[in-house]
Amino acid sequence: MGASSSTTEESTALKRIPHDLAVALDPEELDAHDRQWTPLKIIIWSAISLLGGLSWVMLAVVRGETVNAIWFVFAAICTYLIGYRFYSKFIEKHIIRPDDRRATPAEYKADGKDFAATDRRVLFGHHFAAIAGAGPLVGPVLAAQMGYLPGTIWIIVGVVLAGAVQDYLILHFSMRRGGRSLGQMARDELGVIGGTAALIATLVIMVIIVAILALVVTNALAESPWGVFSVGMTIPIALFMGCYLRFFRPGKITEISIIGFVLLIAAIVGGGMVAGTDFGQTYLLLDKVTIAWGIIIYGFIAAILPVWLLLAPRDYLSTFMKIGTIGMLAVAIVIIRPEISVPAVSDFATSGTGPVVAGTLFPFLFVTIACGALSGFHALIASGTTPKLIQKERQTRFIGYGGMLMESLVAIMALVAALSIDRGIYFAMNASPALTGGTVQGAVAFVNSLGLTGVNLTPSMLTDMATNVGEESIVSRTGGAPTLAVGLSHIMQQLVGGASMMSFWYHFAIMFEALFILTAVDAGTRVARFMLQDSLGNFFPKFKNTSWRPGAWAATAIMVAAWGAVLLMGVTDPLGGINTLFPLFGIANQLLAAIALAVCMAIVAKRGLFKYLWVVALPLGFAAVVTISASFLKIFSTTPAIGYFAQNRAFSDALAAGETSFGTAPNVLAMEAVVRNTMVQGVLSIVFVVLAIIVILTAIQATWNAYRKNSSATSEDDAVQSQIFAPAGFIMTPPEKVLQAEWDALPVEKKIKVKGH
Amino acid sequence: MTVLAGVRKGARGVVWFLKGILGEDAYEKYVAHHASECETDAAGAGRAPHPLMTEREFWRDQTDRQDKNPQGRCC
Repeated sequence: MGASSSTTEESTALKRIPHDLAVALDPEELDAHDRQWTPLKIIIWSAISLLGGLSWVMLAVVRGETVNAIWFVFAAICTYLIGYRFYSKFIEKHIIRPDDRRATPAEYKADGKDFAATDRRVLFGHHFAAIAGAGPLVGPVLAAQMGYLPGTIWIIVGVVLAGAVQDYLILHFSMRRGGRSLGQMARDELGVIGGTAALIATLVIMVIIVAILALVVTNALAESPWGVFSVGMTIPIALFMGCYLRFFRPGKITEISIIGFVLLIAAIVGGGMVAGTDFGQTYLLLDKVTIAWGIIIYGFIAAILPVWLLLAPRDYLSTFMKIGTIGMLAVAIVIIRPEISVPAVSDFATSGTGPVVAGTLFPFLFVTIACGALSGFHALIASGTTPKLIQKERQTRFIGYGGMLMESLVAIMALVAALSIDRGIYFAMNASPALTGGTVQGAVAFVNSLGLTGVNLTPSMLTDMATNVGEESIVSRTGGAPTLAVGLSHIMQQLVGGASMMSFWYHFAIMFEALFILTAVDAGTRVARFMLQDSLGNFFPKFKNTSWRPGAWAATAIMVAAWGAVLLMGVTDPLGGINTLFPLFGIANQLLAAIALAVCMAIVAKRGLFKYLWVVALPLGFAAVVTISASFLKIFSTTPAIGYFAQNRAFSDALAAGETSFGTAPNVLAMEAVVRNTMVQGVLSIVFVVLAIIVILTAIQATWNAYRKNSSATSEDDAVQSQIFAPAGFIMTPPEKVLQAEWDALPVEKKIKVKGH
Repeated sequence: MTVLAGVRKGARGVVWFLKGILGEDAYEKYVAHHASECETDAAGAGRAPHPLMTEREFWRDQTDRQDKNPQGRCC
């Protein structure tokens, strides 16, 4: 039972624990347990493999007229289980090499506040709530235009081989370094040039991501008095919650979250009543530009208000809603099992002329779906709060790898919800107003002209759906959120309430997404502001002091102006907005993933683990090829719909030729806007790709140097003896149960021995 | 009887989990940490003991720390 003293490289300093009990299981015993294939284990894993295999056959090979949604869920869950049990174990054994005799930062830096050992199951929930937001809900919806199969394969295979690997590695590496951030690790591993490029890239990427999330909300709330009312009400509700917690009952978080949740539901119901009134029609029926300005002003105020007043309470609400709604949707999909009549692979996958997002399957599928398969943004979370809360080293597999698998499942459910609605309606909602003219007739004509088999859209389908969900119109409601809301309401009304409840569920879904996004906008602005202040502080030392008000406000204003400009560009874009900007979001997110994986590769190489370098090099190579080729297409493609500069040239030529309308731009002003927007987007693409290439090259150089020197160096913190024990996974293994029982039997006064200073 | 006990145990588990995820147990954890620190101090570390924050002070301190050290939420 005791920890053996010579099985891992770090073990020399670590002895058996001063108590009589072991703080870690013997690695050899663990290994033996893993290798022991009892008949029951064999039966269970054979059943999982068979069910998973059958599901993939149903999705990929059989491809009947329709396919049942349950196969998506089974294919996903079985593949995740196999990936978790076998691939993550492989990574754990050969690359991570956790040692439970080492104390985690939560133990050796324990302060009862930022560093506090947290139960693994609770931390899993925390981490999941921090990584999963609107991203996995939006990307798969947009990618559904290519058919159901490409998105499904990428989400499921991508997460097992890339996304979850990235999250796991970063979480573990950051934990071994006292919870260091991605930026600091990049500097340590890649040197000044690579580190600086990574830092600038992170800042720019943050701005783009906030801008495009804000664009999604804007599109969901425009021309929707109901949505504006219910989402607007979240602000006073959050303020009330904040004051309640600050002055009335500090710390009663669950209580106020339940009160807040009831108020949210009341706000949704109230929105339905207000929407049709004169007040609603006069003051809440707002166009996109007004909404965008509202979000910009809101974003600035929210980011300078103290956390307790707005951000913290909305965080509680958002966590509450997130876990509840995702659980609810999962139950609904399993019970309702919607039939899906979308082709496995549509023509748009190869022609690249899809109206939702332009471009062919490779590389654009892989940037349209970022979150859910591989999301670089997670590296910021996995090197933020979570590593400071982990109890035991071996838990990083469950939290890092497992947490990302959960997010992937959310993406699969979002995909199912989007696929379950009529395809005609899907395209009418997701084609830009430039294509549909924003009218029912225009949308019907456009969708039917696409020549999709089995699609025959009629005007009444669109107007009926709009009435059912309580909206003025559902034509050209781009951005993914409204489509997901229609899909969710379509599924939920079959379970609860019927057609009369559709409008409630629709606005419930809109509110749920808006809540995440507004929190992400607020938090993203704050993080970006601190990064900017830190950089500006190198030139103007006063900026380093983050509590200096004028500096804080100026830096916040700069960041809000940056994402606000991109947001306004998106809402006024004569070409549509989402279809031109969303690829930039995906590219940014994947480039961040490439940066994070590059840092991981350098770390793995420096430890001398070349034999297993492919585990990191494989996803890094893929992310690099996808994002760099997507960026190059965006920069160099001569097809105006794809290349920013080609579009720019086409419009400037038209302007030079004295034309007064061109393509979807009805006048000279709009044409000039296109010229301006495409230039900005093109330049941003260049900035991203150059920074990412610098980071990747420095990582390759660091890897090569390590190889030449035959390195086994480490930038980890020194090992500290752990004094506590906790199981690694969600369910305790039999050896863990035995040891845990011994710990449970300890007298209370001996139990909480955090550390001896 | 056993069913009831099971339900009760399950419900307690759900409440514990929810409170944990929302972070409601932060103060309890802080107090426990503080107590264990005092114990080691009393054992002869010879350090001035930190005064224990009241619940109200603790939560204020917590949000103030978040103000100074913002964390991103994912997309």
